[in-house]
Amino acid sequence: MKKYTDQGSKDTRSGFGAGLSELGKTNENVVALCADLTGSLKMGDFKKAHPDRFFQVGIAEANMMGIAAGMTVGGKIPFTGTFANFSTGRVYDQIRQSIAYSDKNVKICASHAGLTLGEDGATHQILEDIGLMKMLPGMTVINPCDYNQTKAATIAIAEHHGPVYLRFGRPKVANFTPEDQKFEIGKAVMLNEGTDVTIIATGHLVWKAIEAGEALAEQNISAEIINIHTIKPLDDEAILKSVAKTGCVVTAEEHQMNGGLGDSVSNLLAREMPTPQEYVAVNDSFGESGKPEDLMIKYGLSTQNIVEAAKKAMSRK
Amino acid sequence: MADIQELEKIASQVRRDIVRMVHAVQSGHPGGSLGCTEFLTALYFDILKHNAKSFDMDAKGEDVFFLSNGHISPVFYSVLSRSGYFDVDELNTFRKINSRLQGHPTTHEGLEGVRIASGSLGQGMSVAIGAALTKKMNGEDTTVYTLHGDGELQEGQIWEAALYAPANKVDNLICTIDANGQQIDGSTDDVLSMGSIADKFKAFGWEVMTIEKGNDMTSVVDGLKHAKSLTGKGKPVCVVMHTEMGYGVDFMQGTHEWHGIAPSDDQLAAALGQLEETLGDY
Repeated sequence: MKKYTDQGSKDTRSGFGAGLSELGKTNENVVALCADLTGSLKMGDFKKAHPDRFFQVGIAEANMMGIAAGMTVGGKIPFTGTFANFSTGRVYDQIRQSIAYSDKNVKICASHAGLTLGEDGATHQILEDIGLMKMLPGMTVINPCDYNQTKAATIAIAEHHGPVYLRFGRPKVANFTPEDQKFEIGKAVMLNEGTDVTIIATGHLVWKAIEAGEALAEQNISAEIINIHTIKPLDDEAILKSVAKTGCVVTAEEHQMNGGLGDSVSNLLAREMPTPQEYVAVNDSFGESGKPEDLMIKYGLSTQNIVEAAKKAMSRK
Repeated sequence: MADIQELEKIASQVRRDIVRMVHAVQSGHPGGSLGCTEFLTALYFDILKHNAKSFDMDAKGEDVFFLSNGHISPVFYSVLSRSGYFDVDELNTFRKINSRLQGHPTTHEGLEGVRIASGSLGQGMSVAIGAALTKKMNGEDTTVYTLHGDGELQEGQIWEAALYAPANKVDNLICTIDANGQQIDGSTDDVLSMGSIADKFKAFGWEVMTIEKGNDMTSVVDGLKHAKSLTGKGKPVCVVMHTEMGYGVDFMQGTHEWHGIAPSDDQLAAALGQLEETLGDY
């Protein structure tokens, strides 16, 4: 098992903030909009450095999405910032019509996704956002795993023409992606080559997948671990190549089982290479208040859950 | 500058286009289209600074119009084609399969002149604010126009946008409300009474003016010129324009009944008998 080192845990939202600041310096067409969550989204540095390119829209997310769509007429590249729940479910029709169907170059940047929002509870812990966004034709969906990867993803999406949903979160998680690793939209990152089981993870579950791989190695199980930061377009080739070798798969994500990464993987495998698959995901349930780590255990998203899912998948070969 | 008689001639042809398009596919929205014919004709043939012959999505240096009440696509398509964005023959394809002239306007099929999809109501004012802000950032002295139905104002997003524009001094924006007092289920007063639209926008901080005769070409042209003179003074401009749904075809006029239904063969003949063919039918 390849060794990964946490360079110092950080929140992925701060990776977004750092990436946005960088873009502020390098791309004058980048503008930012925020719905009264500048601090939570870590957009303060951009706002301070570029007050003329920062737009505070107040608690009015539908209007924010419309303004962002309109700003593209004339060449701006708007980055919207609010919580994942208010970036997707609350404004689905605005995104669908004014952004996706209108093919507008808007970057929808969403923090506090999933259970790890913690104490605020289920009203804010959206677990359906990946599904909502990936269903929209033409929408790119990205869920990076750590600070460095979120920063790199933020910079990369400015160069991609078309609507993008960028999902990140609030808790501090291990930061292990090399700072200079190029972010390629739609390209899976191979974290560990193995032969017994493929573990495909996204977002906060990637570090847990690495921990699970280490635990499995101690039990002489060789896990191939793939970081899928781009859920759409999915890296079909990387997944099929791995599954052809291992013969079984575990998907892991901080999202509903319905509509998430696992759903996309099973869709691919059903068509191309039917394979035993186990899901580490929330099973048709809302979240609740609590400490993030406690919630991850209660809802079945722990390192141990990935280990058990890997063994079960192997037993079904 | 076009003269009023010339604009009226164009409007008559646009009305013929509208009823013929809707009749041909037996679907579409003739009522609101006929009511806004003077407005769109005046806008595209006299008021807008625009380049119809070489459409550019970014519209740099051009005025921009967004149709927020997308269901009145027949009048929009007719005016776009008659002003040169695309060939008038393409009006034959309205609402048919493989057409760029979708039931509600979209950028998705690459139709020249359309810069946003609309149909789901209440979104165009926000979009227009965004375009107006970009024009300011780009240092342009141009204006962004919108059209909204009065029933459309029942959508909440409109009021988010209405709050934002004055608070942020978006003063290169002219939003026109087609106040015909009708919506699908009946009069706007019966369905969800909105009281005074003008007073509401004034209270939100807009510069508000009225066009009392929205189906009189002189009134519309003068009104839009006045609206333009009110821009650049720190406030967005709201034009409350009173029109009659179905104007120009006597049996369609002044009722919500023709919001979204098509005329029969006999009704088409009767309608065309009231509308002079001035530029040649498509």
